[in-house]
Amino acid sequence: MDDLDDLLEVGDRVLARARGGEQVEAVVIRGVDTEIKVYEGEVESLSSAQSQGVGIRVILDGKQGFAYAATLDDGSLAETLSEARDNASFGTSDEFQGLAEPDGVPIPDLDLYREALVGYPIDRKIEMALELERAVRAADPRISGIESAEYVDSRFEGAIASTTGVRNAGRETSCYLSTYAMATEAGETQTGFGFSVGREPGDLDIAKVAAEAGRRATRLLGATKPASERMTVVLDPWVTAQFLALLGYTLNGESVLKGRSLFAERLGDEVAAPIVTLVDDPTDPASFTATDTDGEGLACRRNVLIAGGTLDRFVHNAYTARRAGTCSTGSAVRGGFKSTPGVGTQAVTLLPGGRSQAELVSDVGEGLVVQDVSGLHSGVNPVSGDFSTGAEGLRIRGGELAEPLREFTIASTLQRMLLDVSAIGNDLEWLPMSAAGVSIVIRDVTISGT
Amino acid sequence: MIEEAVISRVLSGALRTGGDFAEIFAEDKRSSSAYLDDGKVEELTSGRDRGAGIRVVVGDTTGFAHTADLTEEGLTAAARAAAAAARGGDGGTRVVALTRQEVPRGYEVQTYPEAVAKADKVELLVQANEAARSEASVISQVAASYADSHRRILVANSDGLMSTDDAVRTLFSVSCVATGDTGLQTGRESVGHTVGFELFDLHDVQALASRAAARAVTKLSARPAPSGEMPVVIASGGGGVMFHEACGHGLEADLVAKGASVFKGRVGESVASPLVTLVDDGTMAREWGFFAIDDEGHPAQRNVLIQDGMLSDYMWDLLRSRKEGRGSSGNGRRQSYQHLPMVRMTNTYLLAGHDDPEDIVASTDSGVYVKHLGGGQVNTATGDFVFGMTEAYLIEKGEITEPLREGNLIGNGPQVLQLIDAVGNDFAMGPPGTCGKDGQGVPVGDGVPTLRVQRLTVGGTAS
Repeated sequence: MDDLDDLLEVGDRVLARARGGEQVEAVVIRGVDTEIKVYEGEVESLSSAQSQGVGIRVILDGKQGFAYAATLDDGSLAETLSEARDNASFGTSDEFQGLAEPDGVPIPDLDLYREALVGYPIDRKIEMALELERAVRAADPRISGIESAEYVDSRFEGAIASTTGVRNAGRETSCYLSTYAMATEAGETQTGFGFSVGREPGDLDIAKVAAEAGRRATRLLGATKPASERMTVVLDPWVTAQFLALLGYTLNGESVLKGRSLFAERLGDEVAAPIVTLVDDPTDPASFTATDTDGEGLACRRNVLIAGGTLDRFVHNAYTARRAGTCSTGSAVRGGFKSTPGVGTQAVTLLPGGRSQAELVSDVGEGLVVQDVSGLHSGVNPVSGDFSTGAEGLRIRGGELAEPLREFTIASTLQRMLLDVSAIGNDLEWLPMSAAGVSIVIRDVTISGT
Repeated sequence: MIEEAVISRVLSGALRTGGDFAEIFAEDKRSSSAYLDDGKVEELTSGRDRGAGIRVVVGDTTGFAHTADLTEEGLTAAARAAAAAARGGDGGTRVVALTRQEVPRGYEVQTYPEAVAKADKVELLVQANEAARSEASVISQVAASYADSHRRILVANSDGLMSTDDAVRTLFSVSCVATGDTGLQTGRESVGHTVGFELFDLHDVQALASRAAARAVTKLSARPAPSGEMPVVIASGGGGVMFHEACGHGLEADLVAKGASVFKGRVGESVASPLVTLVDDGTMAREWGFFAIDDEGHPAQRNVLIQDGMLSDYMWDLLRSRKEGRGSSGNGRRQSYQHLPMVRMTNTYLLAGHDDPEDIVASTDSGVYVKHLGGGQVNTATGDFVFGMTEAYLIEKGEITEPLREGNLIGNGPQVLQLIDAVGNDFAMGPPGTCGKDGQGVPVGDGVPTLRVQRLTVGGTAS
């Protein structure tokens, strides 16, 4: 952790200015990001960006204030601290307010940093993006255009220090390739995406990205709008992951304490089908959002939220845990240095079952595979549980994939969908988000079309 | 922010390796926010974001770098990085002579947020909380949020352009939860304008809070939304997000150029019902998507996109318009100095028609009346789009009847635009929005009069 000492030292400089009676926490981050977009065999844009910043939280008499700045010189640190302190004076006093205190849980060693990424030549990153574009074009003669083909990587370093004794630092690298392809036949265009994620460029699989984008776009060609009816659906891993990330909101301690969770009073109840075991585990290094410590500097840990269909646990940060009379689950999350920590699931996954997607399709017999959804932010209300999204996919007839479908919605409620899960696939895959994907079968979903 | 002589030298330096075009975008943005939840003022936040993004264009390639260091050294280093990224050859020396453009601001801020005591901002939250809770006993939770930003920008480029803007935005929102036998329901209201603290002379936060609370309470008795195709009436002022998604994004020239829009090659053709005249207008003073110059230094413009159903033009930024040998339409925007600009909407709205809004509902035998819209999403290549309804009612025999639970509506842009068969005379702008594209969020406005779509798929669960 040698080269992170300077970040910790910035934190120490902030803490040295703390006054008696107040709690102070400083989060210091530094990052280098590269983004390469190619179009028709040329680099369309290449951005290389270095960023840094500090976020300072002050708690005095149970009141919280926060301020941030993107410069780390002494003058700026002093001004930011004093602004956070001033902001605290306007808060409402809350007996549970307070910074996290070290809880003795050892910080896992996750190995999320790769020198191989840091030293990787820019020319080769460009070549990967260009090769991806060529591979997508070659994937199928019906590929008519490529809206985007890009390589993105990031090196992130962060430190957190507080007057309550938190002091640690970490770093990680990540990269991904992604593409959005168009396929055209008989004047009709459909689209499909593909991506591959890793910690270093060597982890990325160009052929997989290209094949996936080509397959997704071409298999929707000729899609029509289905009639409205209820049926069994198979959610593609990509769709399941988005569903799980939404579900995470209902299981976070803040939603629960503030009366915004439909599961608030239901610990110990059967809220899902018995095959459903939902785990939040940011200590799994395979997950894209793996992290050794949470947004308050406590060790991350594996939390089982739903065990065999029974609601077992909510996730908490220091504040919500104190208020709920329990311990932090290491689930403080923050959106960079510009905000205070909230609570959230960090890497949720379902325990996989034993069947492939093709076997699930065969078991279902008659139904629909949902390849993609849209409007998750506009048609799903995680407080009421109402669930309605735009969708596209393929009909299942006689246990086989049949004609493509588009311009329809799928609707149910989050509560019912959990209870209606009838099978979980074995195709677990970590995606570039805070959840893993796996094929799942849900009964009795309303399809709205014509 | 930066001396003119320094800008000239940095731009010249950026072109030394053979760039065709170089630009500095400098930004100094101060933000403050206050948040009340669960009856408590949870936090006040202040922040400052200050830096510059430099891009260098060589042929079809753009190199971009940004820095938080606005000294000549910092800018020169960023210019060098951007030029290296664009991979120019040997360009020799080009002198950049800047001409300072003075673009009228269009609106004079009355009260800058920095001049307002924090206690006054907090007081608004407290008032909103009390008003929402006193609306009904079933209101079980209230969150209120205040946010302001003061953003100064400077844009200078190797064409000699140099221009500045200074914009203040103020936003207030209230979210309520109502609890009843049917579970939890939510109601949200927000108001935001490109103005200072005088926003609260124009808008009463207590009334806003009461409306948010009433929306949550109404939905406690809501029944599941229907499933399938039916006539849909959209209320005036409920939000123009349908047009933003149905055709707005598809008319962005960057997507058109890549063939990723169903509206490609359709200028001069009928793309909508003759009742549709759609405008994107960055000059609309005080609106959420208003500015004096866009983030490439081009003055804001009022652009007619669709005139009486005919597609008149796309929206353009600098790069795309240079390539086509035409002018920008003032739609080059970016989230911050850390981002490259692209084609973005500003305030997008449908002009009022001649129908009486009451007649539109009365002449609808059965369908759905969407009073308040949520967000939306579109696939511009296929034209399929969705948008959410956060307050909606059944229309039965020409009358608005029972409230409906939330859900998305889905349609295909080019088809839905042709199916608009009534446009009211009651235009109103909707609430402020944040439009997301390629990972960047920018403030946008939208507005519609009452209108009817003959057929749209409602994504509920009731048959």
